[in-house]
Amino acid sequence: MKHETIEKNVNLMAILIVVVISIGGLVEIVPLMASSDANEPYPGIEPYPPVELAGRDVYVREGCYVCHSQQIRPFRSETERYGPYSVAGEFVYDRPFQFGSKRTGPDLARVGGRYSDDWHRLHLLRPQDLVPDSNMPAFPWLADAVVDGELVERKMRALRTLGDPYTDEQIAGAAAAVEGVTELDALVAYLQNLGTARAAR
Amino acid sequence: MSEAWGWYVLILTILSMLACFWLIAYSNRQRNSPEEIAESESHVWDEDVRELNNPLPMWWLWLFIGTLIWAAGYLIYYPGLLAFDGVGGWSQEKQYEEEMAAAEARFAPIFERYASMPVEELVADEQAMGIGRSLFGNYCAQCHGSTAQGAPGFPNLTDDEWLWGGEPAQIEQSILQGRSGIMPALGPSLGGDEQVAAMVDYVQSLQDGQDTASPAHSKYMMLCIACHGPEGKGNPVLGAPNLANDQWLYGSSDDVITRTLMQGRNGVMPAHKDLLGTDRAHILAAYVYSLSQ
Repeated sequence: MKHETIEKNVNLMAILIVVVISIGGLVEIVPLMASSDANEPYPGIEPYPPVELAGRDVYVREGCYVCHSQQIRPFRSETERYGPYSVAGEFVYDRPFQFGSKRTGPDLARVGGRYSDDWHRLHLLRPQDLVPDSNMPAFPWLADAVVDGELVERKMRALRTLGDPYTDEQIAGAAAAVEGVTELDALVAYLQNLGTARAAR
Repeated sequence: MSEAWGWYVLILTILSMLACFWLIAYSNRQRNSPEEIAESESHVWDEDVRELNNPLPMWWLWLFIGTLIWAAGYLIYYPGLLAFDGVGGWSQEKQYEEEMAAAEARFAPIFERYASMPVEELVADEQAMGIGRSLFGNYCAQCHGSTAQGAPGFPNLTDDEWLWGGEPAQIEQSILQGRSGIMPALGPSLGGDEQVAAMVDYVQSLQDGQDTASPAHSKYMMLCIACHGPEGKGNPVLGAPNLANDQWLYGSSDDVITRTLMQGRNGVMPAHKDLLGTDRAHILAAYVYSLSQ
């Protein structure tokens, strides 16, 4: 094929570009879809219970991932500070995963259980009360916003169609589980369970 | 992952590299026949702008070929082809394990030596206190503050006031196993707003002695005495604070004490045994102990 033919035919060129670029994806992404490491949950990893699921959505909505990563790399400098390095099986129920790409604040992949619930509440409402030099913004509205039970139920149903093994009972009980729960409570519940499946030292 | 996927990655990768090599060789070939030369000069745009198919500059060509050679070497040495682990035997986990083993060999003797030293001796050891300060910065400062002076609800560690006891063994226990304070909500038991307000006054003035004439005194002797003691001096076994001094964990204002009475308090110190391990916890306990000395 003469390259004049390609250069003068924009549709053909677009198709050929897509073919060339997709080879990278075919090699690097497609095999992962068949990988058990990436698709089977790490022992102890379950689909998010209703309250934590709601909390996770608050985490995503408030853009926590912009400043906090959730991915501990396999270097001693990271594992000494944060805990065991992250493995793919921990993220199978994260849609989308919250790896983040920048640490303005610390990594949160193993923040669960590190601080008390009270600490998280106070810290989210006014970080500078506890860490005076912190540049983290405050999230005072979370304490007043109540989680919508029906929405959580619908989210769980949607996640089930994507393969998350929620049972009918879990979905039916979702609204009751989040009854009266504020977004602050939900976010704290989510944070307190982060990374606890993979034990430290 | 199955072997088939390994071969899938290996074959596609090698084919891509060969295709790149073929592309560069093909487009850079000598054009000898008249047709080929005519074809390579036939690109005319806007009447007189001519585009020639000249060979690539040699420096660029060799850079491209160099990247191909580099890639081949890389894929032979490192595990990049999935079906082939590379002759170098490198893996991310292995590199990490080696890094950890090297650190363990270097630091384990130090921690071992400190583990066998009592806290009272560690306090005088400058290196141990340096390690303790670093550990404090990473594990404790978020709640207790970088100067260890605490925050409302999070105890000051630099004074001589201790909720759960300030002896080395008690501090170490607090770090390793954590602590859970339980102040129950007493609103209903106290009665109405008036009784609550009386109790607030009573508690605020405990440091000046018990006001036995206060209507709250009998309630105190009934509801509070079990944990805070008959004179309000607290109980380190339960983590019940001393109320008969001017140190206040959550604050001494009417509002704060009213909230404490009405809703209770559940201060939690998380267990750090799994995070720190016992050797580091021992050094940290010594550092915290040193802060109050």
